Amino acid sequence: MQDELWRPGAPIRNLRVRAAMLARIRGFFAERKVLEVETPVLSKCAVSDPFIDSLEVGFGFQPGIEDERLYLQTSPEYAMKRLLAAGSGDIYQMAKVFRNGESGRRHNPEFTMLEWYRLGFDDQRLMDEVAALIQTVVPELSVTCRSYADLFEQELGLDPHRAELAELQRVCREHVDAPFEDNDRDTWLNLLMSHVLEPRLRGAVFIHSYPASMAALARVRADDSGRLVAARFELFVDGVELANGYHELTDAREQARRLASDQRQRAMLGLPQRPLDQRLVQALEAGLPECAGVALGVDRLVMLALKAEGLREVVSFMHERA
Amino acid sequence: MANYSSNQFKNGMKVMIDGDPCSMVDVEFVKPGKGQAFTRVRLRNLLTGRIWERTFKSNESVESADVMDSDLEYLYNDGEMWHFMDPNSFDQVAADKNAVGEADKWLKEQDKCVVTLWNDNPISVTPPNFVELEVVETDPGLKGDTAQGGSKPATLSTGAVVRVPLFIEQGEVLRIDTRTGEYVSRAN
Repeated sequence: MQDELWRPGAPIRNLRVRAAMLARIRGFFAERKVLEVETPVLSKCAVSDPFIDSLEVGFGFQPGIEDERLYLQTSPEYAMKRLLAAGSGDIYQMAKVFRNGESGRRHNPEFTMLEWYRLGFDDQRLMDEVAALIQTVVPELSVTCRSYADLFEQELGLDPHRAELAELQRVCREHVDAPFEDNDRDTWLNLLMSHVLEPRLRGAVFIHSYPASMAALARVRADDSGRLVAARFELFVDGVELANGYHELTDAREQARRLASDQRQRAMLGLPQRPLDQRLVQALEAGLPECAGVALGVDRLVMLALKAEGLREVVSFMHERA
Repeated sequence: MANYSSNQFKNGMKVMIDGDPCSMVDVEFVKPGKGQAFTRVRLRNLLTGRIWERTFKSNESVESADVMDSDLEYLYNDGEMWHFMDPNSFDQVAADKNAVGEADKWLKEQDKCVVTLWNDNPISVTPPNFVELEVVETDPGLKGDTAQGGSKPATLSTGAVVRVPLFIEQGEVLRIDTRTGEYVSRAN
């Protein structure tokens, strides 16, 4: 079949649904008095996460001469936290974010992210609000909630917090042909999650209380059985990862430590060393209010609302047509 | 041999997996929001036909397989091997029973086939989508029965047996779709 690449990949009628959904999302936050903000797409610093690669842009005062290296944001998280620390109150934004190397049926190097922060919320309260938001867009969705440990224990008979590397690897290889070696427990947990468990999740399912090693920018707390867990949740809808939220870390020293530890891991993995956002650390030093925040993939939400198979049905021009 | 990194994988790529040449049927990028990316690949073993899924870490690499498809002319079968010729270079290759497999029953001399070569040895043969073969044996045709349904078996010159309409006579040449093994029409 001949494919004319000048044409949008998504039918125009899907783009109308998309536009209506964006309007409904803005209405949702307006009603709750959450302020819409915009932050720089181009930043002097890059995300520290070793497994997210920033796209680089050369800024110069004359064409062809680069005076400054800038990075396209992979999420507006750092800048939004600086606004929070400066007294913005509850905020949200819908922004284009960029991730190098991510391209596939459910990935595009640029996509629309909805990110919001609520003062005084913890992860549980924010999960309730995420559920309310997605039900205004996809009303028929049933929402359930499971902890990361319950999911692994019930589905695989595995304690994800305590199982040894060798056991994780063994259980993983019972389900997945993955002959490579890796001595990071998280790799095997992620593999089990993405290849074995996610496909079993039906409807909208919040998975919460991640292993502390996967805290990213969430605070770490003890759960009911005294295990250290991350105050982090993810939302999956019919097995597709849709949102990731935290009861936010507000401790500046811990934040600085995590940035540095990411940088060390980058060095170990031979990944590029990029400038760490010390302004984020300074904002936390000045005082980030107690809050919870979440990022949600808008394109995927539209995809689910339309029961589409891939992003190409809801994004006007994907990577190959851009 | 070149190596491909998992970030370069794409459909149709031929690689060596556990010593066998394989073709990538479907490549999916799997990336948790937090954590490293994986590439999940549906692979077909070109020797055995087995299809399965394997997962690679990002920047894992695999060796490419020297596999290529060539359009070759089928010459003859010497009782053990099937012989093919490149119509431009006149180079000949011989394929064994394993490589020819099911294609055997559609091979007619001088037809162009796609022969898949691995390190210059044939590992599979794909006959043309349509072949024209003579009926060597079938029940007598029913005159005038061109509109009604109904079918009967007919044995073709290559030994293949296909269902044909009742009006087909012995000695006729038929057009057959080799992908489905079904009768299409009379050849003329």
